[in-house]
Amino acid sequence: MTIAIAFVLGLAFALGLGMSGMTDPGRVTGFLDVTGRWDPTLAFVMGSAVAVSFVSFGWILARPAPLFDRRFVLPKHQRITTSLVGGAALFGIGWGLSGYCPGPALVSLVTGAPAVIVFVAAMAVGVQLGSWVPGTPFPVERTIDPAVSEETRAQ
Amino acid sequence: MPLDTITKAIVGGALIGAAASGLLLCNGRIAGISNIFAGVLPRWDRDTPWRLAFLGGLLAGGIVVLWAHPAAFGAGAPRSLPRLALAGFLVGVGTRISNGCTSGHGVCGLARRSRRSLAATMTFMATGVITVYVVRHVLGLPLP
Repeated sequence: MTIAIAFVLGLAFALGLGMSGMTDPGRVTGFLDVTGRWDPTLAFVMGSAVAVSFVSFGWILARPAPLFDRRFVLPKHQRITTSLVGGAALFGIGWGLSGYCPGPALVSLVTGAPAVIVFVAAMAVGVQLGSWVPGTPFPVERTIDPAVSEETRAQ
Repeated sequence: MPLDTITKAIVGGALIGAAASGLLLCNGRIAGISNIFAGVLPRWDRDTPWRLAFLGGLLAGGIVVLWAHPAAFGAGAPRSLPRLALAGFLVGVGTRISNGCTSGHGVCGLARRSRRSLAATMTFMATGVITVYVVRHVLGLPLP
């Protein structure tokens, strides 16, 4: 059930990105180009996405559990660390250089454009190297759910 | 900017927010693309199947967009492969060590009222703006 839901929601997410113009890297660099011909589209997209989820997350997280799992899996990190700010800074540089962040890049793989394939392959390499940097948090569920880490160790 | 562009931006953004809400409500998970992608790379665990399904959904959605409106992927802007490789690498490393990207920090994190996500979002927006300024206006290089 959760797998079918994830597929449908991934599809909806991609349609949202495509419809809103975010799969066009020119729109993204246009948004970041505040001293040139500024394109505010991304602000409307993000504003709308945050507005919807800001309201719904408050309501959803007031529930004791999600519909199809025992509990919510959320990041527990609280502190603003060098990893957080430094990593976000590097991400922003790559984002500005290309106009791609991970979602639109993955969706754009279907075009088969060499540019996108090179970007995603390099991103996979970066993710692997980033995992070895001291202080890098694991993707959330491994750090906060002892049951899952035990399952993983048992394998 | 045209009203049509604004309308599509708001409706598309709402769809992104609704998809993120649906994943939290049904599966109890955050729709952060960089961590979903990172999570399928190292090894198989309990979360790998739904992550692969979500990524498969992104590709399926991409095929629908390609069929319905191929121009959504941008016109043939000049694209230097070495620069895209460098950009992809920085996006991979940066999102991994900061634990999120535009969706995880910029949408879901802000929706969760996370201070860390606010700090991350302000940081990547700032370095993105600086990078575009330097590349396009100082170095005079073409951008998409």
